Amino acid sequence: MSRKITLIVTRQDGPDQPPYKETFVIDYRPNMNVIGALMEIRKNPVNAKGERVAPVAWEMSCLEEVCGACSMVINGKARQACSALIDKLGDTITLEPMRTFPVVRDLIVDRSRMFEDLKKVKAWVPIDGTYDIGPGPRMPEVERQMAYELSRCMMCGVCLEVCPNVSPRSKFMGAAIMNQVRLHNTHPTGAMHKHERLEAIMGEEGLEGCGNSQNCVQACPKGIPLTTSIAALRWETTRYSIKKWMFS
Amino acid sequence: MATVLPRSFVSRRLHSLLGVIPIGAFLIEHLIANYSAVGGPEKFEATVRWINSLPFVLLMEIFFIYLPILFHAALGVVIAFQPKNTLPNYGYFRNWMFYLQRLTGLITLIYIAWHVWETRVQAALGQPVNFEMMKNILDNPVSIAFYVIGILSTVFHFSNGLWSFAVSWGLAVGPRAQRQMTYVSAIVFVFLSYVGLMALFAFIA
Ligand code: HEM
Ligand code: SF4
Ligand code: FES
Repeated sequence: MSRKITLIVTRQDGPDQPPYKETFVIDYRPNMNVIGALMEIRKNPVNAKGERVAPVAWEMSCLEEVCGACSMVINGKARQACSALIDKLGDTITLEPMRTFPVVRDLIVDRSRMFEDLKKVKAWVPIDGTYDIGPGPRMPEVERQMAYELSRCMMCGVCLEVCPNVSPRSKFMGAAIMNQVRLHNTHPTGAMHKHERLEAIMGEEGLEGCGNSQNCVQACPKGIPLTTSIAALRWETTRYSIKKWMFS
Repeated sequence: MATVLPRSFVSRRLHSLLGVIPIGAFLIEHLIANYSAVGGPEKFEATVRWINSLPFVLLMEIFFIYLPILFHAALGVVIAFQPKNTLPNYGYFRNWMFYLQRLTGLITLIYIAWHVWETRVQAALGQPVNFEMMKNILDNPVSIAFYVIGILSTVFHFSNGLWSFAVSWGLAVGPRAQRQMTYVSAIVFVFLSYVGLMALFAFIA
């Protein structure tokens, strides 16, 4: 008998529908990833009880762990489905949506809060004006390397999913957003608007919402030093607040 | 101040600061003063007399102990109930410390309330503060267990809080500095637990 893979999927028919679990059994193939397994279900959407059901819905795009679209909770850990190999997951695999975000359907979540938060913290470098202001200052090589590490974030939302303080009872925007503040404050032209971003993360949704569980840095698929970014901003806001309190 | 800096920022940083100064500083003073009980009832009572002979004792109690603890505890309870539970899936060391910080905060709150009722409130009602008083409080196993848990909980909360203070103010930024701060907080935990428990057992012997 050929080897079988059992997938237990936490499904949801719509945003306001109750979640339920459904089991699917598929044939094993070497080198299969979770996306491949989901495609098998889509080909033949019959659950373990033999009932024909609606195919499981999920999102994907790059298929090489750079877009973040396929993020979901696999065997209890938030990660990307495209880089999750069946061979490393065992023969019974659970798939759940990242419930920290509103569930749209099955494994699809709405991560637009991250985009809204990027706008709140001004995660961009403003260069537009009425005339050409010329090239910006050069960046020291060591800082460029550090900023490159920070810039690899793909806004997948895993660090929010694993963070205890990104919860219904807290307004914390999450590690990825804090990291973007550090990234844009490191940029020599972006640094000209440093204080605006610091002010934005000194509010209720900002830095102080972090409780130092440090799950983010363990879970980030890009290995971004998130806790270092947060602690570095803690120091920046410490300095900034003392300066502002004493001199303004 | 709140008009210059966002209110939530000020209250969170104040919460963090108060946890170390003056509450943490008082905790160390309190445990060390109690340790004099290890030298016998006379030594302990001499320490109590010395503390009570200080000028402005009541003012110092109010401004360096009661008000800071009330503020820290009130905001602490709010903070403690904010998180969602991530422990089942992400049982990393720091995540455990995160939940233990909140749990010990709540245990400490109950312990402090009871301890203050049994000692400071009774003293205000006329009960003399001496070796006898603590000996009577600790004359049964339930009280002893409660005090052991209370002391360990408070000391843990303070020691791990020192780590989180260093991170919250940006004093320990990179992974190496944060790891070294973990060692510091572990040493503080062991030392203060020893001091606290030795004093406790001195009243029982
Ligand atoms: C009375 C009840 C108490 C409660 C409910 C409480 C609660 C909390 C909570 C929830 C935190 C975590 C804050 C965060 O990481 O964002 C915390 C931090 C802290 N607490 Fe308490 N606490 C209490 C008493 C104490 C006492 C007695 C001490 C000192 C011995 C203390 C010292 C600290 C310190 C040093 C921190 C670290 C501050 C930081 O994160 O920067 N707390 N407390
Ligand atoms: S910081 Fe890491 S975990 Fe968080 S959104 Fe970016 S890539 Fe994902
Ligand atoms: S599909 Fe882009 S990260 Fe998986």
